[in-house]
Amino acid sequence: MPSLIDVQHLGKSYNLGETTVHALRDVSLQIERGSFVAVMGPSGSGKSTFVNLLGCLDRPTSGRYLLDGFPVEDLDRDQLAEIRNRKVGFIFQNFSLLARTSALENVELPLLYADHDVPDAEERARNALASVGLAGRELSQPSQLSGGQQQRVAIARALVNNPEILLADEPTGQLDSRTSDEIMKIFQELNRVRGITIILITHSDEIAAYANHIIRFRDGQVVSNEPVVHPAYAGAQMRFVPSAVKVLQ
Amino acid sequence: MKRLLSAVRIALRALKVNKVRSSLTMLGIVIGVAAVIATVAVGSGATQRVQQQIASIGSNLVMIIPGSLTSSGLHMGTGNAITLSETDARELMAQCPEISVAAPVVRGGAQVVYGDSNWGTIIMGTTPAYLTIRDLFVSKGAGFSDRDVDSANKVAVLGQTVVDNLFGSVDPIGKSIRIKHVPFTVVGVLERKGQSPTGQDQDDNILMPISTAKRKVIGSRSANGDAVNSILVQATNMSQIETAQDEARALLRQRHHLQPAEDDDFSIRNMQEVFAAQETSSRVMSLMLAAVASVSLIVGGIGIMNIMLVSVRERTREIGLRQAVGAKTRDILTQFLVEAITLSIAGGAVGIVVGITASAIVSRLANWQTVIGVGSVLLAVLFSALVGVAFGYYPARKAAYLDPIEALRYE
Repeated sequence: MPSLIDVQHLGKSYNLGETTVHALRDVSLQIERGSFVAVMGPSGSGKSTFVNLLGCLDRPTSGRYLLDGFPVEDLDRDQLAEIRNRKVGFIFQNFSLLARTSALENVELPLLYADHDVPDAEERARNALASVGLAGRELSQPSQLSGGQQQRVAIARALVNNPEILLADEPTGQLDSRTSDEIMKIFQELNRVRGITIILITHSDEIAAYANHIIRFRDGQVVSNEPVVHPAYAGAQMRFVPSAVKVLQ
Repeated sequence: MKRLLSAVRIALRALKVNKVRSSLTMLGIVIGVAAVIATVAVGSGATQRVQQQIASIGSNLVMIIPGSLTSSGLHMGTGNAITLSETDARELMAQCPEISVAAPVVRGGAQVVYGDSNWGTIIMGTTPAYLTIRDLFVSKGAGFSDRDVDSANKVAVLGQTVVDNLFGSVDPIGKSIRIKHVPFTVVGVLERKGQSPTGQDQDDNILMPISTAKRKVIGSRSANGDAVNSILVQATNMSQIETAQDEARALLRQRHHLQPAEDDDFSIRNMQEVFAAQETSSRVMSLMLAAVASVSLIVGGIGIMNIMLVSVRERTREIGLRQAVGAKTRDILTQFLVEAITLSIAGGAVGIVVGITASAIVSRLANWQTVIGVGSVLLAVLFSALVGVAFGYYPARKAAYLDPIEALRYE
C-alpha cells in the first residue's frame, strides 16, 4: 500500500518581477496513513506553502506529489477542488466560518459541493457537530459561539466529508491555552480513534508535543523530521507511538 | 438542481444581509424597466389612437375628387373643377371588380331650423352606400333608402352634434326640420363618431338623398345636373386598395376621354396614405422614447456590476473558503451570477409594477391613451434578466477564478 502522502523533490517558486522567490526547494518525504504530524518553522520558512500543496490548494512548480498513490501535481483547478472536497479537510486559525449562517449550515457546506447530491446532508452535519461536542448548538450562528466552539464547528465542517487528511493551519493560534488543549484533544482522538491523518502547522512547542512526528522547515527546506518519542496525551498515560513518517534521504 | 437551489439561497442571504445596498442597486433597474414600460405604453397608446382614427374614417376607403381647374394656364386648387358625375359613380361600381360600392357626394353648408333653434351645418347629399363606405351606423330610426334617392324624398339623417344643438333631449325621429325653408322629416340619427384625425367634428352634418340635396338645398353646380363634389369608393378589401385605385383611374380616364398625354382631371386619395405617415411618426417617437428608456436600464446594469464587484471583493475570504472545501469554478460563478440575476429580476418585477402604475397615472392625468402590452412586460423581464447576466458575469468570473490561497489570505 502506497504512503498516503509521497512528495518527491517538491518545489514552489513565485516570480515577483525580476526576482524569483523559492518558497519551497526540493522537499522529499512521505507521510503514512494515521500519522499526526506537526509542521514547524519560522515565518517564511515554507511550511504554509508545503501544507497548501499537500491540501491541493496550490500546484507545485517542480517535483511530484502522489496523494494516495495518485499524482495530483498536474490536475486543473476543478479537479483539485474535487480532491479537496473528497479527501481533505481544512481548519484555519481564524475559523473561517460563514457569518450569519448557522453552525449546521456551515458544516453542510462541503456537502453542497460534492459531485453528487448528498441526501442525508443534514444528518451527517448533525453527527459531525455531535462528534465535536456541539450537539444542541446546530442553529447557533458563529457570533453566538465562543472561539473554541467556533473552531469545533470548523473541525466538524472539515470532518463532514470523511476526509483522509485534516490540514490545520495554526488551529489554536487564536485560542487560550485551556481551549487549545480541548481542541488538541479532539485532534488526538480523531487521529487515534478514527485513524485520520492530521497535519498541523504550529509555532508552539506545547502544541507540537501532541503530535507523534515533527517536521521543521527553514528557508524552504526540511531541516529536521523526527518522531516524537513521548507524545503528550490529554488526560491519559503517555505511550510510545512508532513513527509513521520516514525521511527519504 | 440542489446546487442551484443552494446557490439561490446563498444569493438571497447575501442580498438580505445588505438590504440598503441591494435595494439601491435594484433602484437602477426599477427605474429602467418602469421607464421602458411606461414609454412603450404611451407610445403604443398613441399608435392605437391613430389606428382607431383611421378606422373611424372608414375602412378600405378611397376618395375621388375633381382635379384642378386649368384656365389659360392658371392652375386652380384641386377640387375646383366639375368633372365627376353620378354616372361616374354608378359606372365605377358596375365595372370595377375590386370596387364593392361607390357613393357620389354633394356637399354644402346650410342653416337648419327646428322650432326656435337653428344650427349651421354641412349638408351631405349622397346615396345609402355612403353609410357602408364610411362605416356609419344609424343609432336611432333608419337611414334613407335608394327609393328615397329615386323619388327625391325630403328626409334627413342627422349627426349627433346637430341633434344636440337643435333638439336637446327631445327625440328627433319623425320631427320636421327646415333646411333653407324646405321642410324635411328626420328619419334617423347617426351613431356618434367623434373627431376625425384632422380634428373635425364628424358628427356635425346631415345626410340626405343626393337628388333631394341637389334640387332643394345645394343646387346643381353646373348646367350638368349630374355633377358631384366627390365620389367615395370602397375597395373589396384592404389589400386591394391599390388595384381598386388603378381600376378607378383607368375607367375615369376613359369616361372623361383623356388622351394618354393628358393629366388626370380628378385625383384619387387613399386615406391610409394620409395616416400611415402619422402612424409612422408616432411609432418612431415611441421607439425613440423606448431607446432612451433602455439607456437607463443599461445604467442600472452598470450599477449592478459595480455592486457585484464590491461584493466579490468584500467576500474574498468567503470565496477562498468555499474553494477550499471543494467549490468548483462553476459553483462560484453560479453563486454570483444568481445573485446578480436575482437583483435584476427583482428590480424588473418592481419596475413592471411601477411602470404600469405610472402609465395609469399618465393616462388619467394627461388623458392619454396608454396600452400595456404583454410583449413589453415580457421584454422588460427578459431584458432585466439579460442585464443581470451581462453585467453580473464579469464580477462572477472574477470571483470564480480567484486563487484559493490568496483569497483565504485576503484581509
